[in-house]
Amino acid sequence: MGYEAVVIGTSTGGMNALKKILIQLPHDFPMPIMIVQHLSPHSDNYLVKYLENLCRISVVEAEEKEKAAAGVAYIAPPNYHLMVDHEGCLQLSIDEKVNYARPAIDVLFETAADVYKDRLIGVLLTGANSDGSKGMCRIKEKGGVTIVQDPETAEADAMPRAALKAAVMDYRLSLDEIGKKIIELAGEGNVK
Amino acid sequence: MKQDYYTFHDMDDEEIEIRLLLEAIRLKYGYDFSGYSKVHIKRRILRRLSLSDYKSVLDMLPQVLRDRAFFESLLTEFSINVTEMFRDPSFYKAFRRDVVPVLKTYPFIRIWHAGCSTGEEVYSMAILLKEEGLYDRAQIYATDFNETVLQKAKEGIYPIHTVKDYTHNYQLAGGEASFADYYLADYDSVILDQSLRKRIIFADHNLVTDGVFGEMNVVICRNVLIYFGKELQNRVIGLFYDSLCHGGFLCLGSKESLKFTSRAEHFQSFAENEKIFRKRFGV
Ligand SMILES: C[S@@+](CC[C@H](N)C(=O)[O-])C[C@H]1O[C@@H](n2cnc3c(N)ncnc32)[C@H](O)[C@@H]1O
Repeated sequence: MGYEAVVIGTSTGGMNALKKILIQLPHDFPMPIMIVQHLSPHSDNYLVKYLENLCRISVVEAEEKEKAAAGVAYIAPPNYHLMVDHEGCLQLSIDEKVNYARPAIDVLFETAADVYKDRLIGVLLTGANSDGSKGMCRIKEKGGVTIVQDPETAEADAMPRAALKAAVMDYRLSLDEIGKKIIELAGEGNVK
Repeated sequence: MKQDYYTFHDMDDEEIEIRLLLEAIRLKYGYDFSGYSKVHIKRRILRRLSLSDYKSVLDMLPQVLRDRAFFESLLTEFSINVTEMFRDPSFYKAFRRDVVPVLKTYPFIRIWHAGCSTGEEVYSMAILLKEEGLYDRAQIYATDFNETVLQKAKEGIYPIHTVKDYTHNYQLAGGEASFADYYLADYDSVILDQSLRKRIIFADHNLVTDGVFGEMNVVICRNVLIYFGKELQNRVIGLFYDSLCHGGFLCLGSKESLKFTSRAEHFQSFAENEKIFRKRFGV
């Protein structure tokens, strides 16, 4: 069976990193992409607009109870956690912060790992804290594939380093390679 | 949409245990969480488990049955009481600008805050109505299903460290006076002006099991429906619909919508960005 979803987590330096990856994806990319980028609670949806203008896939702010669709990147709104449920619907919450963050990467990754199990691609990028490590471990545990940005190439290396320390990750790649790898993995699943 | 989407092949042991725990709570205490968002409940239970000495969800079951205090702590775990005064200031601003002029045309107004938590949202509305000269014509019902938070709401005493953010929110929300006019500082807490409570009735009300209790001009239910599954959302929106007078206002949280509910066409969007809806006349 092929992969069904991609989750991406990032913090400091994330805007640029997300751009470099998402811009590579074709408009008919065969699965949904769910993204947590740490943001200030009061920020507007500048990031969404910026990426939407540059990318071939569509980029939107994640909406409560919306069914995640192929070829769309969903970005967690500021000040809300993003989760996904068993029917592949997005779910927001204002629960307390996790790792001092809301949205928190671990929250998305852990719920996605439970839902998609070995059909999930987890990607952790640049960032200056250690959010996401637990989530990456959970993805591994459930049989999903884990990709970490090579800390040497990251604007802030703490986040990828923390994940690499927490468990053995499947791939450690530069941003250019990550885009290619995601496309390759997505293709694998769809060749019957 | 069927609420029970589990089929036996994809339900793992942990999920079975969660279901059993919820069923025990329902049978013993009458609180039904089966319609809540499954991801949400699961996260809360696993969080609780990780902070405790229990080895599995099933281990918690005997304790839930024997110990009411333990059940109450789980209730608090599920209910997420996170709130603020003038949370999402732009909502209050829009309410003041667009809804208040309509309310001013009524001799008397009834407002229902459903899921009021510790009361910050209700007092914010009381301040707004006061500044608009509407407070003495209003009756506010503030309800929640968690007794512990209702008690705090009645007291209206909040930690002093919150004041800075609330003052900022108040100003962004278009507050006309000085926020400090509304509280007394006392060591590490602030006590809200007692007169703000005059027209508020705090009451226990469970949105899952309880019904309509009066005709309302405004229903405010923010950041509660996100924790419910679609079917329960539909039921609760139906309850609000039945409670509202024609042309009455329904106010939801900034990221909530009627889009995925079965009642969408019974409401008209009034201030789209702020999730303020109006019950259609004559449906
Ligand atoms: C996140 S708080 C929202 C507080 C406030 N409305 C706000 O937006 O700041 C959610 C509240 O909903 C209450 N709640 C959850 N389920 C409920 C139910 N079935 N009936 C009544 N209240 C409920 C919880 O106890 C909690 O206080």
